[in-house]
Amino acid sequence: MNVVSLLNALPGACAQGLIWGIMAIGVYITYKILDLADLTVDGTMCTGGAVCIMMMLSGHSAAVSLLCAFLAGMLAGLVTGILHTAMGIPAILSGILTQLSLYSINLRIMDSKANQAISVDKYPLIVSLRYIKNVAFFKNTIFVTAIFIVCIVVLLYWFFGTELGSAIRATGSNQNMSRAQGINTDMMKIIGLMISNGIVALASGLYAQYQGFADVNMGRGAIVIGLAAVIIGEVIFGKFAKNFALKLLSVAVGAILYYLVLQFVLWLGLNSNDLKLLSAIVVAVFLAVPHMKGKYFNGARKRGGKANA
Amino acid sequence: MLKLNGLKKTFNPGTVNEKTALNGLNLQLNDGDFVTVIGGNGAGKSTMLNAVAGVWPVDEGEILIDGVNVTRLPEYKRAKYLGRVFQDPMTGTAASMQIEENMALASRRGLARTLRAGISNAERDEYKEKLKILDLGLEERLTAKVGLLSGGQRQALTLLMATLKKPKVLLLDEHTAALDPKTAAKVLEATDKIIARDNLTAIMITHNMKDAIAHGNRLVMMHEGHIIYDVSGEEKKKLHVSDLLAKFEQASGGEFANDRMMLN
Repeated sequence: MNVVSLLNALPGACAQGLIWGIMAIGVYITYKILDLADLTVDGTMCTGGAVCIMMMLSGHSAAVSLLCAFLAGMLAGLVTGILHTAMGIPAILSGILTQLSLYSINLRIMDSKANQAISVDKYPLIVSLRYIKNVAFFKNTIFVTAIFIVCIVVLLYWFFGTELGSAIRATGSNQNMSRAQGINTDMMKIIGLMISNGIVALASGLYAQYQGFADVNMGRGAIVIGLAAVIIGEVIFGKFAKNFALKLLSVAVGAILYYLVLQFVLWLGLNSNDLKLLSAIVVAVFLAVPHMKGKYFNGARKRGGKANA
Repeated sequence: MLKLNGLKKTFNPGTVNEKTALNGLNLQLNDGDFVTVIGGNGAGKSTMLNAVAGVWPVDEGEILIDGVNVTRLPEYKRAKYLGRVFQDPMTGTAASMQIEENMALASRRGLARTLRAGISNAERDEYKEKLKILDLGLEERLTAKVGLLSGGQRQALTLLMATLKKPKVLLLDEHTAALDPKTAAKVLEATDKIIARDNLTAIMITHNMKDAIAHGNRLVMMHEGHIIYDVSGEEKKKLHVSDLLAKFEQASGGEFANDRMMLN
């Protein structure tokens, strides 16, 4: 157990956490704002990377490639949205259907290969494993990703304050009320799913650049990591983060904490094959605790009773 | 202002749960009419309001609001013409949003939702002023989450939201039934005030026959999916609860006596 090796691994974990923080912000939009569990993201977390890497390999700039990754993610969200609203398929099943079909589509995007690598020396990647140490600060992946997060949070903060954004929030809060106020709730769900999956695909594009390849399995279980970040952020910062922008930031910080803890348990000697099991348990426990508290320890609650009366 | 022509609606057709809720319903509301609707359980009162609001399509018949045929319009498009207050105080407001945000959503009823700011400072002042009519002190709590309010406060807020942008028809679906008597009286008082102030056309369902007689200029009794009694003006003012009971027993053969309406 070498403490130095742990410390050496932390900046990498931090960068990874930041990229997944972007992804988790996407999950936050569906899970918390729209009140939908959208499993499409397991597919889009690969689609974005696949589109981004293939475009960069064919000579496009990182910016254009990331933009296209974003658009591809929005398209996937659109499909899930139409399956759910126009065709009346339950949200979870719609997401699973899109996710499954994306597996085939992702393979087609990647030229029927399960894996497409990109060399950091030959292509102008904006984030990479290699840009963690010994690079100028503005090229540092942690800095670049942090800028991405700040921009996304600012944009979303603005957007969810507009008439359209408010209508999306209202749809997630109370559909009956929203329709009575003339809001097209189906359209709002579709827009929300598109934005969410667009952001996830953008994170995917960054993640593929970071690890130097896109892999057809890179999105497997992404929803669980995203949810873990959302829940950890909420549990730890929920009391302070009342403002919407702070809530989004706490989600991103939740993702960083998730990766730091992950790094720590790996350092303790946990088999990396067990990580997905561990992630699932963490999410299950965090989701179960508030429920069980309410069910079995009702008398012990000090707050809430009076305020909700 | 509102015209219902031969509305028919059957739920779960072809199953053991088949229920004809509206059976050739005709009703015409004139501009400024404030109609109270009474009737036993399952008479089709709420179904009528849901049909007008477009919660689901009707099987037969036509719905015209101010001359516009809305029979085929989806719920969110009809909202342009309608203000609605529901029986359940939780239904009419978004709990996780602030009072002012809820009001801003309501004031944009029927308008396209754009990328302009969801609420402006001028609006905040306006909402503060409008909340005063409720006399609940909500004007000091504009940024409070609606989920923190009591049922009565939420219902009063819903009423205000339904009338922020003047509706062609205001639909009140037993909006005081879930409230305690004191709060119910307060919400009813606000209802009367707002309807009179804006000269609104309104339909109010109630289980309380005294309220049905005391409020509005017209009273309608429903039974088995259509209207069996329609009275207005001076004749309505002279009505007593006993008259209504007699009327109902005559129409239905006495089953009214079992109804919870007797309790009022």
